[in-house]
Amino acid sequence: MKTTANTRRSMPPWKYNLWVGVFFLILFSVVLLVYIATIRIEYTWGWYKVPSTFFNRETIEISSDIDGKVVQVTRKNAEAVITIKNETESKSYTVPAEDVRVNENDLIYYGDTLATYSEWRAGIMLQGLWITLKCSIFAIIFGIIIGVIGGIARISDNPALKWSAISYVELIRGSPLLVQIFIWYFVLGTMVNQILTSYGMAEIPSLWYGVASLACFTGAYVTEIVRAGIQSIHRGQTEAARSLGMSYGQCMRYVILPQAMRRILPPLAGQFISLIKDSSLLGIIAVRELLKASREVVTTQLNPFEMYFTAAALYLVITFALSMFVQYLERKTATS
Amino acid sequence: MIEVRNVSKTFYVPHKVKALVDVSTEIAAGEVVVVIGPSGSGKSTFLRCLNHLETADAGGHILIEGIDILDPKTNINKVRAEVGMVFQSFNLFPHKSVLENITLAQTVVRKRPKEEAHAKAMSLLEKVGITDKADAFPDNLSGGQQQRVAIARALAMDPKVMLFDEPTSALDPEMIGEVLDVMKTLAQEGMTMVCVTHEMGFAREVAERVIFMDEGAIVEVGTPEHFFTNPDHDRTKLFLSQIL
Repeated sequence: MKTTANTRRSMPPWKYNLWVGVFFLILFSVVLLVYIATIRIEYTWGWYKVPSTFFNRETIEISSDIDGKVVQVTRKNAEAVITIKNETESKSYTVPAEDVRVNENDLIYYGDTLATYSEWRAGIMLQGLWITLKCSIFAIIFGIIIGVIGGIARISDNPALKWSAISYVELIRGSPLLVQIFIWYFVLGTMVNQILTSYGMAEIPSLWYGVASLACFTGAYVTEIVRAGIQSIHRGQTEAARSLGMSYGQCMRYVILPQAMRRILPPLAGQFISLIKDSSLLGIIAVRELLKASREVVTTQLNPFEMYFTAAALYLVITFALSMFVQYLERKTATS
Repeated sequence: MIEVRNVSKTFYVPHKVKALVDVSTEIAAGEVVVVIGPSGSGKSTFLRCLNHLETADAGGHILIEGIDILDPKTNINKVRAEVGMVFQSFNLFPHKSVLENITLAQTVVRKRPKEEAHAKAMSLLEKVGITDKADAFPDNLSGGQQQRVAIARALAMDPKVMLFDEPTSALDPEMIGEVLDVMKTLAQEGMTMVCVTHEMGFAREVAERVIFMDEGAIVEVGTPEHFFTNPDHDRTKLFLSQIL
């Protein structure tokens, strides 16, 4: 990537470096102040507890289903086959060979542990991160679909389409997201789930109401962004395309939207970054996303400082990655 | 070729204005017609009605090769494909190269194979004299070059008639000549052309017929000699005295 300085620096280098130093001093002081404050309130830092909330090793026990005698233990590579026999039946267990707890001729009762093994398991924070990503990705996809349709409807001459789009945008933008999440889950969710249950169908999990509320919310903003993007393209472009015999759809697809897309990308990125951050509200309707997961960890491990800093850092990583991706798209779609 | 019968056009926004008042005329195949008139006289509106960029008021008829484009049942896209238009502000597609500008409608509307569209584009670029800019983007061309690309883009559809809406008005003076030369060549090749222009030299030299419009109506129609030397109407005389 080529970087060009767009401002000329009038400061002499020593002065410039001095102020760079001041910046780092401020940064350091803030961190130091927070640290001193935590010492002052005798907070016990427990960063070591954080990794286990992402990954932990779980020990799994394999136990016998029958009473009997171990007649054979054969080991083959990393596996062992344990055969147990009694008067009426015989059963074989294939277990990992790392920790076999029985020997041949041992007497075994129902429920005795034959072997154990441990495996890595995703912790609650990793699951929360995944839920946050899943919600955000689905909401972004649906948000784009709603936004493009809404944006085109918004600039339509047809009052039914245009006014629907305007009402939708004003309605969504005029109320807090939290209220909308409640309406989606506690009002619409209750109605839909009860109707589904009355027909003997399964209820829709709260996650999807969360996704719907976020998509609907973002869709309204994307509608306005798309509208502004399309309207920023000079009307001569439409006229030129139509005068060549292109249909409205062809004109949109080949001429207007590709040009609008480039102008839409930066505000769209900002909107989606907001969306990812707003997904942290979904914990309120029992969607166990990143923040909800952090809160649950805090209630058991009592380390709020570490967990909330971790959550903040993870949101930062996701939003920063998205921002980089959009910048890459912008460069890629740059003309001439 | 083109038959215009009792066409009016009313704009309601921002306030009610009759831009065209009961205009009727005919344009024969191969004819070069120049429309002139003071600004606000409705000449651009007239031209834009011819390919339905403006919808003329109900009641009139505009027949392109016998097809009434004011009939709601007419597929306007089909008619437009036969009617090329060149705009004052060029309106090239800035996100596409010169070549893509010329091939886009050929492939999308005419469904021509890529190679055929490409060959057609290159031959037209040769005709308008800018083969070396085929891969450039419109923003990197001069106004004159952009307008010539725009003409090539319209010609690529093999239109039966070409409409020019003040094609040289947005150009620097030294570039007007190159665009007019292309238009003259087209006229000599027998293209049916309707040009709205302020280039009186072009009108005198190339036009077979001059239409003078004022306040939305056709005031006078005649050959260039008649029009420039011996016009009938006082309004025409006044206009000519102001511009010549």
